[in-house]
Amino acid sequence: MDIRVQDAPFDLGAEANAFAAKQSGMGALVTFTGIVRDLNDGGLDAMKIEHYPGMTEKAIEKIAAEALSRWNLGDILVIHRYGRLQPDEVIMMVATSAPHRADAFQGAEFLMDFLKSRAPFWKKEVGGDSVDWVAARDEDEDALSRW
Amino acid sequence: MDVLYFAWVRERVGHPKDRVETGAATVRELVNELREKEERYAAAFADLDALRVAVDQELADFDAPLNGVREVAFFPPMTGG
Repeated sequence: MDIRVQDAPFDLGAEANAFAAKQSGMGALVTFTGIVRDLNDGGLDAMKIEHYPGMTEKAIEKIAAEALSRWNLGDILVIHRYGRLQPDEVIMMVATSAPHRADAFQGAEFLMDFLKSRAPFWKKEVGGDSVDWVAARDEDEDALSRW
Repeated sequence: MDVLYFAWVRERVGHPKDRVETGAATVRELVNELREKEERYAAAFADLDALRVAVDQELADFDAPLNGVREVAFFPPMTGG
């Protein structure tokens, strides 16, 4: 697995291609990308993402190891940014490879569900005069129970 | 031990980290000690349902023992992805 927590932007296409090039015998490759959304109709200036250095990497590794143990996956890539991001910037990506697509899809969904609520990141929306921490949603917590 | 604060917990407390000497046996006892320190700590720890805790960088609950623990962190529910 390849886990990266960084403030620098990354090239989604280049990362997906590099991940694909490392695989062999994998018939399926799934990627998911999270992007900064402006929910306030032009009112969002930036999203600030804070994390817990040290724990973040460990938490993601644990989630990825769990995914590898549950599905027939070849490999996992997770890149998650922190710091100040503009609307439409890429926040994070996951990629999974597997012999068959069901494992690749489910593994990626599992990773996303747990990254949302079990990896120590916190988002703050900055827009105009308002600065608000993004509240965790009950649906995101509920999503964990299906696994 | 080191006590770390993240997101709005850090903002309410006013700084990211405290070094504390404590005899607290559990996270809950540590929280009660912190609440006694100053009003801003009492405000940060007013509602434990709104908080999560990690003990030595692993998610834990408020009844987790602190024996031998080096680092405790308090933060709101996580919003990654």
